[in-house]
Amino acid sequence: MSKIGKIRMRSLLVLPVIAAAALGAMTLTASSVKASGGEAHIEEMDWSFNGPFGTFDRDQLRRGYKVYKEVCSACHSMEYMHFRNLAEKGGPEFTEGQVKTIASEYTVEDGPDQAGDSFERPGEGKDRFPSPYPNEEAAAASLGAAPPDLSVIAKAREGGPDYIHALLIGYEEAPEGVSVPAGGYYNPVFTAGSGVIAMPPPLVEGQVDYEDGTPNTVEQMSEDVSAFLMWTAEPKMEQRKRLGFQVLLYLIALSGLLYFAKRKVWSDVH
Amino acid sequence: MSGESTYNPGNGFTRWLDARLPVMRLVHDSFVDYPTPKNLNYWWTFGGILSLCLGIQIITGIILAMHYVPSTDLAFASVEHIMRDVNFGWLIRYTHANGASMFFIAVYIHMFRGLYYGSYKAPREVLWILGVLIYLLMMATAFFGYVLPWGQMSFWGATVITNLFGAIPVVGESVRTWLWGGFSVGDPTLNRFFSLHYLFPFLIAGVVVLHVWALHVTGQNNPSGVEVKDPKKDTVPFTPYATIKDGFGMSVFLILFAYFVFFNPNGLGEPDNYILANPLKTPPHIVPEWYLLPFYAILRAVPDKLGGVLAMFGAIAVLFVLPWLDTSKVRSARFRPLYRQFFWIHVVVCIVLGWCGAQSPDKILIHVGEGGFDVTDLSRILAIYYFLHFLVIFPVLGLKEKTKALPDSIADSVLGKSAAKA
Repeated sequence: MSKIGKIRMRSLLVLPVIAAAALGAMTLTASSVKASGGEAHIEEMDWSFNGPFGTFDRDQLRRGYKVYKEVCSACHSMEYMHFRNLAEKGGPEFTEGQVKTIASEYTVEDGPDQAGDSFERPGEGKDRFPSPYPNEEAAAASLGAAPPDLSVIAKAREGGPDYIHALLIGYEEAPEGVSVPAGGYYNPVFTAGSGVIAMPPPLVEGQVDYEDGTPNTVEQMSEDVSAFLMWTAEPKMEQRKRLGFQVLLYLIALSGLLYFAKRKVWSDVH
Repeated sequence: MSGESTYNPGNGFTRWLDARLPVMRLVHDSFVDYPTPKNLNYWWTFGGILSLCLGIQIITGIILAMHYVPSTDLAFASVEHIMRDVNFGWLIRYTHANGASMFFIAVYIHMFRGLYYGSYKAPREVLWILGVLIYLLMMATAFFGYVLPWGQMSFWGATVITNLFGAIPVVGESVRTWLWGGFSVGDPTLNRFFSLHYLFPFLIAGVVVLHVWALHVTGQNNPSGVEVKDPKKDTVPFTPYATIKDGFGMSVFLILFAYFVFFNPNGLGEPDNYILANPLKTPPHIVPEWYLLPFYAILRAVPDKLGGVLAMFGAIAVLFVLPWLDTSKVRSARFRPLYRQFFWIHVVVCIVLGWCGAQSPDKILIHVGEGGFDVTDLSRILAIYYFLHFLVIFPVLGLKEKTKALPDSIADSVLGKSAAKA
């Protein structure tokens, strides 16, 4: 190979190396930021949606929805989610009929009607999940701080679903020397509050009746609702990965063709 | 360097148009017949890649603006609306958000390429200055854009950056109030940032036109740093040679781009920005996006607020006068053995400064007794080196360095090397 050819090859090789190094540096930065956050252990779970081909487990999302509805929704809103989303592809994929039933169990405020009055009616697919509190102040009054909205929570916390899962099972007896104020609970995963959280331990063994016979342990319920919240945060994830795979295949093929076309075009130079 | 135009209108219409508005001739002379040095390597494809990035940002941005609402009450919800209910809204937003990062990866490679091969030196000073201006506009645009989703980092990032202007003596407070349109970051701030975020990319596009114009007056630099002597021997026409090579470079770059958009769309962002802005709750760490981190580290390295602001802007301002700080007659680092080493040291310094910018400033790196050597100490040393590199090493090195012999011409350098092989 000519020297110029070698140099050219080298630059070709250097490019991805530099890119990889830069990305590595960024990831390092991100993980060291994470590490400085706190000492609590957050286990990396083997989610069905991990990896480039991972998809949501429909049954798990349905169970997770049940946990959200029966436990979380008492205090946590999910304001960017509509009932209709539950029937959409890539999610729990409830049937239209099931969604109608689910929605109709909620009461939503509507209006004004022709007389100018607000009125209440059963929920429909087009409605958003109603908030458990009439306003932010009422929400804040309940536990001292407004319980966060859960629509995008899995993207709003370092560690995502791993964090939510670890938090839900992370309640412990406070170690000696740590004083937990009245109305607080000790949970070392909750580093934002230095290990003290206002949310009472939400899950107890056997709390939610699973219709598919899955054992309703705290561990299982916690995993299911974490997976569900990952879906609410990223409802188009499956479509994204599927399209991404096609786009990458296309680009790799295109790059190959362009590379050989380039070699052909340049073959008469030098 | 463009000689006589070789454009030859092929039919009646193009002949008619050419006599009235020779736009086809301009395109032909600039992107078809334009002579490019035959020894350009793949680092030279980033100009084309950057144009592609600008195009992608403008197109996705215009579509996002159709659905986005610049109001503190609705901005966050409108972004979620885009992600959930707009057809392929998630794709457009993730492309736009990651596109900003890709744009900066490309611009940093492009700038460091210019630094390595001395592309800023005479007669390309104006070309370089226009480039720095584009970079400055890019940073402003990215900053405005980051505020728009109205998450926690949007709000607090905007608060920190606008507060910097408060450090200006005498008029600082008034300037800050004027920027805010009130007494804190709020609705008027979000609205004007949206307006400016929409405006600036078109300013960038305008300066890009000047940048390309300046490029086409002086001609491209090349890895040997030797000027084109005989266009017949030293250059090849832009089309098909550079077009196909740039096309290949763009396609490979898009693979990296697509990886982030489709498989790691939030990997370069901050989780805190998925929390609705709350003026009453300061996040534990306020950090800018990765591409601004080195400057953030320089800002924090200076103990005095005004000093920090001046150092931060100075770090960019020094690039404007670079062509006159470098005293070396030789352009390419290939023939400057010492400069080549300093170049790589400077690259590492910039990356480590970026790392420092992401850390908590009082994080201790080497423990000594009670305290130790912390991130701020490291940032200080690196920030001082950053300025030394340009203000001292550049002028001194040019006078002292013993450079290697330059090839007589581009063709000679290419042929000489080919001959060695045969």
